[in-house]
Amino acid sequence: MLAIAVGRRALSVSERNVAALKSAYWLVLLSGFLEPLLYLLSIGIGVGALVGDLTLPGGEVVAYAAFVAPAMLASSAMSGALSETTFNFFGKMKYMKLYDGVLATPVQPFEIALGELAWAMVRGSLYSAAFLVVMVTMDLTTGLRALAAFPATVLTGFAFGALGMTLSTFMRGWQDFDVVGSAQFALFLFSGTFVPAESYPAVLRWVVELSPLYRAVDLIRGITTGTSGGHPWLDLAYLVAVLALGLWVAARRMGKLLAK
Amino acid sequence: MSDPGARVRGVATEPLIHARGLVKRFGSFTAVDGIDVDVQPGEAFGFLGPNGAGKSSTMRMVGCVSPPTGGTLRILGMDPRRDGPAIRGRLGVCPQLDNLDPELTVRENLTTYARYFGIPRKVARQRADELLDFVQLTERAGSKVEPLSGGMKRRLTIARALVNEPEIVLLDEPTTGLDPQARHLVWERLFRLKQQGVTLVLTTHYMDEAEQLCDRLVVMDAGKIVAEGSPRELIERYSTREVVELRFTAESQEGFADKLAGIGERVEVLPDRILLYVEDGDAALAAVHERALTPASVLERRSSLEDVFLHLTGRTLVD
Amino acid sequence: MAAVFEFYLVSYRRVWRGSAMSSFVLPLLTMLGFGLGVGAYVEGGVDGAPYLDWMVPGLIASTALQVAVFESTWPVLSSFNWVRTYEGQAATPVRLDDILGGNLLFVMFRALTSIVAFLLVALAFGVLHSPWALATLPIGALLAFAVAAPTFAYSSSVTSDSFLALLFRFVVIPMSLFAGVFFPVESLPVGLRWLAYASPLWHGVDLSRAATLGVAPEWSVAGHLAYLSVWAVGGYLLARRQFAKRLVV
Repeated sequence: MLAIAVGRRALSVSERNVAALKSAYWLVLLSGFLEPLLYLLSIGIGVGALVGDLTLPGGEVVAYAAFVAPAMLASSAMSGALSETTFNFFGKMKYMKLYDGVLATPVQPFEIALGELAWAMVRGSLYSAAFLVVMVTMDLTTGLRALAAFPATVLTGFAFGALGMTLSTFMRGWQDFDVVGSAQFALFLFSGTFVPAESYPAVLRWVVELSPLYRAVDLIRGITTGTSGGHPWLDLAYLVAVLALGLWVAARRMGKLLAK
Repeated sequence: MSDPGARVRGVATEPLIHARGLVKRFGSFTAVDGIDVDVQPGEAFGFLGPNGAGKSSTMRMVGCVSPPTGGTLRILGMDPRRDGPAIRGRLGVCPQLDNLDPELTVRENLTTYARYFGIPRKVARQRADELLDFVQLTERAGSKVEPLSGGMKRRLTIARALVNEPEIVLLDEPTTGLDPQARHLVWERLFRLKQQGVTLVLTTHYMDEAEQLCDRLVVMDAGKIVAEGSPRELIERYSTREVVELRFTAESQEGFADKLAGIGERVEVLPDRILLYVEDGDAALAAVHERALTPASVLERRSSLEDVFLHLTGRTLVD
Repeated sequence: MAAVFEFYLVSYRRVWRGSAMSSFVLPLLTMLGFGLGVGAYVEGGVDGAPYLDWMVPGLIASTALQVAVFESTWPVLSSFNWVRTYEGQAATPVRLDDILGGNLLFVMFRALTSIVAFLLVALAFGVLHSPWALATLPIGALLAFAVAAPTFAYSSSVTSDSFLALLFRFVVIPMSLFAGVFFPVESLPVGLRWLAYASPLWHGVDLSRAATLGVAPEWSVAGHLAYLSVWAVGGYLLARRQFAKRLVV
């Protein structure tokens, strides 16, 4: 009974976001899909022509585009989840004061967190699915592998969504988003995205191993290219842990921030 | 908004809101300092007080969004700490600052809000239309919130607070910042709700608003309740029937205070005028003329809640 | 005009730390993470130059572009609609050309500071092959003006800031990805290649690359300069018309 009530109330929060979908917003949504695709074409194909094939540490040889594509997929899952749970979430909480209104109803703080996260995931999953279709048509992976990679992208989105919400509850103002944006860009550059992590200098290499984006890239790349060099179980465990911890901290912090 | 009589009869035994020794502290600052309040079904109850008196903190506790630091609080017979969602499901809240959703239309603001209460979509749409009609916003149903005037936004917030057909409506300064026309429209709508048997709890620092709407009110100052009663009772207890305002042309009004001593119950000297609190204004004025005093201007009026308010909470600014 | 420029400098003193991050640290990270990392896998380099050395001048031009466009979007919209800076300036003896010119001068200043910082790092990495590298400064300033002026016109005509986000996503990002910064435009399909040639960024990239590598550009220098000037003058006229419409009423 309780779980049903919680789920119902969380869903009513996601429902609000569906109602807010307006014509101009569709363009923004579309551009969210376009961006990783543009990167894939520019870096994967354009720069790929300069790089040629890549020999992975495991000895397998893959086309550069096939190497970069799963990384673009993982980072777009990351940035989609982060933009919805940091920028938009913060705006609704601090600027529009939406949640002050919601909290006057039976909906509780952790149900808001759950509802917002669910929405971010629906949006992110649509992007991922579309990108996987593109990868299959460009012959960068097979249909079956794409199907297997889909849940991994959803998990990636969830983990970063929970992380983003936690970050939002610590933000003091918009200027803090510059820091988040920069950190996100640094992750994007250094998470084994464009070159194998093995080619980094030793110190950087170990930092990279800890990056949640690297774990996601490792997991998804292993699936879409069918190479065996990664540590899929470690990746899975790490992302699930980030998700659980993020949700727990975010719900606690929101309760504290909003119920003063 | 169902049959008003039933509601009044049904729960006559227990007050809808019951607080004893209610305390709210933020760190070392005590916003609400041990207040006792009972609100009966069907009444319109007001919290009066200057800014910072603790009205809004009290409202947030009653609205179950702010846990009390101490004391007893029961709302609709339930404990806010345990039954928050259940209580909030039966309350309507109109906060001090409108927090409408700028990304939604006027009508969507009502329908999405209804969903937070678990109201089915079809019912939500129907109720939204009824409420838009009630607050005279039907013509703006498809408009965004931003271009609405302050009065329209306020009415929409009030409509939103009614979407779950609440038993108690909490209104935090419902007409602050509105122009006179808009204020009167809001008052008129709130009066209709009251007639329908909805219990209203409101805060205000406008005396005319309290006199218009409240059956009973408490005056708060520095977190404490300093007076309680109906507007009429408070005026009788803390002021005289009439007030005479005298203005003298001299540099300072001070010198005239002694000459006026003994007329009426109390003489109050302000920088620009002197107030005489009296039972009979005409008689008092005659007494003034008898003493050969000729004020530059004279205003005779009935005592208002404002006199009570200023008497109880002082004239000094509390910002 | 000097007074308006000075106003922006004074305001900038308060926020420069945050913008230094986005206008300098991020391009630097791109250079290290992408140029150095991927460069190791590009055998033989591009057109005879190592990949990193080939890419850095492109990144310099692209940074100038991004800084310039950023400074002509949200700040301009905000000066019209939110903070109403222009309205305040228009109420003084300052003329329309001063308001616009002073603001554009500041945009060029911002682009130049990013380029200077970038050049110093590039020098340390030994990727500058010629003293002509200093020419990236005037090139960057011209490029900044050429994109900032039309962006001023755009930002002063849109109604909401979502349109600014769209400009970045549909124009600025595609331009920085396909206008010859990361790979030669010759490898693009013909239609797209002409789109790249039409973008002001490619002209800035080609000039900067010729300057830092000390080689002749693919196109004539005069042609590049003329093309960028057309954008600058045309953009300025459009922006001026739009500003007049909003301020002289």
